[in-house]
Amino acid sequence: MRAARKVLAWEVRNLVRSRWVIGYGLLFGVLTDALFRFGGAGDRVVVSLLNLVLLAVPLVSAVFGTLYLYTAREFVELLLVQPVGRRPLFAGLYAGLVLPLAGAFLLGTGIPFLAHLGPAALVHGAAPLLLLTGVLLTLVFGAVAFVVAIRFEDRAKGLGAALLAWLAAAILYDGVVLLATVLFARWPLERPLLVLMALNPVDLGRVLVLVQIDAAALLGYTGAVFRRTLGGPWGTAAAAGLLLVWVAGPLALGWRGFRRKDF
Amino acid sequence: MTAPVLRLEPGGAATPAHAGARLEVAGLRKRFGRLEVLQGVDLALVPGRVTALVGPNGAGKSTLVKSVLGLVRPDGGVIRLDGVPLGEDPRPRGAIGYMPQLPRFPENLTGTEVLALLRGLRGAAAATDETLLDRFRLRDQLGKPVRALSGGTRQKLNAAIAFLFQPRLLILDEPTAGLDPAASAVLKDRIRELQGRGRTILLSSHVMSELEDLAQDLVVLIEGRVRYHGPVRDLVQRTGLHGLERAVAALLEAGRP
Repeated sequence: MRAARKVLAWEVRNLVRSRWVIGYGLLFGVLTDALFRFGGAGDRVVVSLLNLVLLAVPLVSAVFGTLYLYTAREFVELLLVQPVGRRPLFAGLYAGLVLPLAGAFLLGTGIPFLAHLGPAALVHGAAPLLLLTGVLLTLVFGAVAFVVAIRFEDRAKGLGAALLAWLAAAILYDGVVLLATVLFARWPLERPLLVLMALNPVDLGRVLVLVQIDAAALLGYTGAVFRRTLGGPWGTAAAAGLLLVWVAGPLALGWRGFRRKDF
Repeated sequence: MTAPVLRLEPGGAATPAHAGARLEVAGLRKRFGRLEVLQGVDLALVPGRVTALVGPNGAGKSTLVKSVLGLVRPDGGVIRLDGVPLGEDPRPRGAIGYMPQLPRFPENLTGTEVLALLRGLRGAAAATDETLLDRFRLRDQLGKPVRALSGGTRQKLNAAIAFLFQPRLLILDEPTAGLDPAASAVLKDRIRELQGRGRTILLSSHVMSELEDLAQDLVVLIEGRVRYHGPVRDLVQRTGLHGLERAVAALLEAGRP
């Protein structure tokens, strides 16, 4: 794993100097700080930030990740020519892509929470789960970027596929679920909805945060079921575990493609 | 049996004069979808000689080179380096130095950091040859981020990296593209020096005068098959034409369907 560490260190050093990654962190920093200044209390800021996190984190991770991998392709080839196996290179490249993105998000969002509410805000309540959700979504959609960049030789097609993956997970899926809820309104949908939610990492992240705050009450009986199922420590751990499964799936696909790919 | 002659390499490492690697390619096949890019390529490169690889666009030159480098997985055939089949094990590739045509390094890293990464991947024990860094006067530029380097300077860095780990087999793809005449002369001199020390060198270029200048052997690849493999001089004599460019053009024309 020495090679993986070397590649990881190189990529982190390269990306923390990238103006896009710095801008991404600053964006979250400015928005979170502004919400505190104009919005008020912690939970209200979490709810306001949640939609931004659920839209922006998957979008940036998938699109930035895909474009970055296309740009880095010639250098990746140079690394593959060295006497190093593909497995450590893949591990280093993946970790080196997602860690700076997750770090920028964590710092951008976490520092304003720390500044306005103190260290306790990062330990208790919904804020740590919001941060966890953002990090896990970065890992999921960073892995999706690998799958896309390895699958499509053409950069434009790859970018289109990354956008489509984001659109499907962040927007279209909810539309389909909403339609199904309306169509089957007479049926008890709580359990099927729990299953449907587990099939989409963005929804999983949303529920993971919402059940921790009073806003869950606005969801009525369904919200109560969700809160009962996922609100406790075991439920939270199960939801986070499901998100980790969502990391493992695309990552395994990405590795399979990388191992077999003709560069 | 006489002991091999030893010469002192830059940096002080003693290596045998004939330290090149013998590359053998036998029955190499590769298909991309319906297109059979390599159709049973056979060739052998011997130490101490520069072999030019030429062919029209789409002939399979890049696929052949990438197969040797482990970037492309052949469908059939075998590639041996000093008799050892190249496969999943990446270690034999430590003997190969590669200079791609298009160098793209991480924009926010400095040249020093790029070199440090590659040294780190090779391990502390890897002997290095920094002659080209000095001859290109690159050291002053190494502290700058890659994005601040000119195209020519990046190409010099690219060349220096290919020669850095004292490769026994050197694969150069359009090595002088983007280099100014002075840098081009430095690189050609270095290629000749390494050839003189018995290294094996494979050179792919469309500049025939450059190949005529540097290469002793020639491989002409047309539609995934080797149409000529032998000394440059023999091809020129056989065709009776003046110069390598006309001889190769005649061969390509004859190989066209």
